[in-house]
Amino acid sequence: MIELNDYLILSGLLFTIGLVGVLRRKNLLMLFFATEVMLNAANIAFAATSHYYNDLSGQMFAFFIIAVAASEVAVGLGLLIVLYKRHGTLDLDNLASMKG
Amino acid sequence: MEKFVYIALFAPFVSSIFAALFGMSPKKTFVGVIASLLLATSFLASALLAMFVYQTGGTIHVTMMDWIGAGDLSIPFGFVVDQISVTMMTVVTLVSTVVHIYSIGYMDHDKSFNRFFSYLSAFVFSMMVLVMSDNFAGLFIGWEGVGVCSWLLIGFWYHKEDVSPEENPSISPSWAANEAFIVNRIADLAMLVGIFVLYWNTGSLQYDVVFANLPYLNQTVLTTAAIALFIGAMGKSAQFPLHTWLTDAMEGPTPVSALIHAATMVTAGVFLVIRANPLYSMPEVGEVSYFIAALGTFVAFFAASMALVNRDLKRIIAYSTLSQLGYMFAAAGLGAYWIALFHLAAHAFFKALLFLGAGNVMHAMDDELDIFKMGGLKKSMRWTYIYMGVASLALAGIPPLAGFFSKDAIIETAFNEGTIVLWAILVVTAGMTAFYSFRQVFLTFEGDERYKEFGIHPHEMYKYVLVAMSPLALLAVIAGFFQGGFQTFITSGDVMPNYAMSEHTHHLVWILGSIVLAFAVGGVLLARYKYASGLKREMKCENSFIYQLLKNQYYVPQFYAEFISKPYAMISEKMWKTVDMKIIDITVDGIAKFIYSSGDDTRKMQTGNLSNYLNWMSFGLVALLIVAAISSVIG
Amino acid sequence: MYEQIAFYLFSVLIIGLFLVTVLTKNVLYSMTSLAAGMVLIAGIFFTLGADFLGVVQLIVYVGAIMALYAFAMMFFDVTKDVKENNTNGSLIFLLGGLTALMFVIIMSAPIMSENIQALYPPMAGVTNPQAVGMVLFTKYLVPFEVAAVMLLVAMIAGIILAGKKMDQSLTTEDDVIVEIDILEEDEK
Repeated sequence: MIELNDYLILSGLLFTIGLVGVLRRKNLLMLFFATEVMLNAANIAFAATSHYYNDLSGQMFAFFIIAVAASEVAVGLGLLIVLYKRHGTLDLDNLASMKG
Repeated sequence: MEKFVYIALFAPFVSSIFAALFGMSPKKTFVGVIASLLLATSFLASALLAMFVYQTGGTIHVTMMDWIGAGDLSIPFGFVVDQISVTMMTVVTLVSTVVHIYSIGYMDHDKSFNRFFSYLSAFVFSMMVLVMSDNFAGLFIGWEGVGVCSWLLIGFWYHKEDVSPEENPSISPSWAANEAFIVNRIADLAMLVGIFVLYWNTGSLQYDVVFANLPYLNQTVLTTAAIALFIGAMGKSAQFPLHTWLTDAMEGPTPVSALIHAATMVTAGVFLVIRANPLYSMPEVGEVSYFIAALGTFVAFFAASMALVNRDLKRIIAYSTLSQLGYMFAAAGLGAYWIALFHLAAHAFFKALLFLGAGNVMHAMDDELDIFKMGGLKKSMRWTYIYMGVASLALAGIPPLAGFFSKDAIIETAFNEGTIVLWAILVVTAGMTAFYSFRQVFLTFEGDERYKEFGIHPHEMYKYVLVAMSPLALLAVIAGFFQGGFQTFITSGDVMPNYAMSEHTHHLVWILGSIVLAFAVGGVLLARYKYASGLKREMKCENSFIYQLLKNQYYVPQFYAEFISKPYAMISEKMWKTVDMKIIDITVDGIAKFIYSSGDDTRKMQTGNLSNYLNWMSFGLVALLIVAAISSVIG
Repeated sequence: MYEQIAFYLFSVLIIGLFLVTVLTKNVLYSMTSLAAGMVLIAGIFFTLGADFLGVVQLIVYVGAIMALYAFAMMFFDVTKDVKENNTNGSLIFLLGGLTALMFVIIMSAPIMSENIQALYPPMAGVTNPQAVGMVLFTKYLVPFEVAAVMLLVAMIAGIILAGKKMDQSLTTEDDVIVEIDILEEDEK
């Protein structure tokens, strides 16, 4: 029988994969993909909790996360395009203009 | 009647605020006039209240608002007008009004004319709060207000340069102001302790509650409270050993001296003892009361002896105040509180008159104070001569002037209580008082005109100033006749115990009075014999040990400088160099350096590379996860 | 039984696909595997009974967002492999491993708060989309509207950022002339 904990573990593992991507990659586009992975991991946790506790609030949060993700992608990609036009690269190592 | 209470209390306050509005602007005579008018209003209100209390025998108790309410502690801004406070109010406002009017003339040429009136009125307001408050907290506020205002006024000419103590014992006005303030602070600490002790044991600061609870307290508490409160009174009333500030306070403008001595400051200590008479009358604190009487007697003699040889016009009067305060404390310590209060009032009139007369002389002599350089001033300053003569007669205790009645009553009390030693000292002091006050009068106004060689052209004070002084002169003459009426009035309420001479003393009253009078007249005649015809200096006498001892104020100021000020400065320097610089500063600097260097080190984290930031963020995430896991296991 | 099979199948596939997403050097592979993973996540939603959420996942994520990425890709040079100095592997191993370990430990613990009360239990006799609609348009109406405004703002921001010369007005005449001048200069 599949328990809530199994879904949560899956969600945690996916989140970690996303985190590894965020930590490892230097290309901004890849960072975006990794972020999507993390967001989806959270969605799974919400949907699973919603199912096992018999409460629709979890699904509601998942909807709003999707909405946030959509907005983020819209604005983020716009910014990426501007960045790419200005610098010709999306590599984070070349974009360190705020060195303290 | 309530509104008169507020008028009496707040008219000086309004006056102070009004004058403060013009504090920085050049002299405006109308400021002084309006301040004087407001003070006169306050006096009128006080007089009406006095009439009311006299006629009805009732007291007025007003509570303006709640002031402090914390837990069980509740201190309202309450004022009480009873026999004691109404007497003080009337005396204070009368003397202050005269002093205000006098100051218009005296401070005529001072550039800080308006500021002076602001301080002066604030001084009176503080004193009014002090005497009218119905609890110890309000009394303390007034007490401190008086201290601050005295500091402001003694140091009024703060811009004067410091000189060496040989040239002028009080060095400079600001030095004298600081001395007065610091000495008073020391005494105030003791007074605060006394107030705390009373609150701790009775749970209230209201006079009536505290005094009602006194019989339930044990002896240690009562003695502690009595001693602590008396130390506070000693500071304010300049009793030995805290007396040095009073003579140095002569650095202030003369009207201030008049105010300090006659109305608004030194009398506060006597007032406190009189106000707290239920405490000092307790049989458990009999020894404290006796000590008060003994100390008062000692100070009376001690100060009078210093006045014998002093050459400074104002200092002689200051010493005489000290001496008369000693008389008051002697009376209060012996239980004759109403006599102490009576002497306080009578003394206020003639002492204010003396000081204002001295101010006239200073004004005439271009601020010269050395009586050896005066003489023969009676020609040019006839009215001042009359005023000062009257005041000195009153001070010396020559009948039928005010001083005779009040001082004689104190000396009789000493006899009545069987304290013959105190009685003898007080009688001798009465003779000394007569001698030094007339030594001063004769050296100033009679004999050869020594001032001529200094090129001074004395002139009489303005007419209106002389007219303004006349009420004081009148009261100095006639106040004594009200002794009986005053006794009935003051003891009619329940705030003041009566004190009456025993039958035995009553039989001897003529003999006792004659002895005192003989000493007083003897003092005057001796002074006349020695000084009336001019100054004859006897160097042999002046070089004698006793003369030098008295001249140097028993070396008390030197003792303080040598054994208190200097070691204190030394300890302060040590503390500064070792404790402050080497421990505190290094600790504080160390914290600052640690924060600075940690900031310097962590600055390297700011690479500007988003990837590094994300790494750091994930460190935080891992740490938080670990904390969450551990706390869920523990909790 | 079917649920177990579906769960394990989807889980393994999703983990594999997402690993490809974050580890591959080719942007196209990465994007494709991400899209595939999203579809499988929609499958997970279906097994959990969240039908409407699964549909939204398919439409919004797989449909809209991936299409957006695909269009954005046209601005970048994606034919070549991504060259980057990847962060130190041991650090990633440490942080990622630790995070995964912590998650597994925390998530596998039995959920202690048994007293959680369902705020909005699904009503009997209605399908999931109906129930979602009822909750969404009653209790969550204000967040829903706010989310709508947010999407609108994001859309405008995307257009402004990505659009060409959007900082210049296209309506006033002077600007048009200026723009034409610029265009002519570009052509030269």
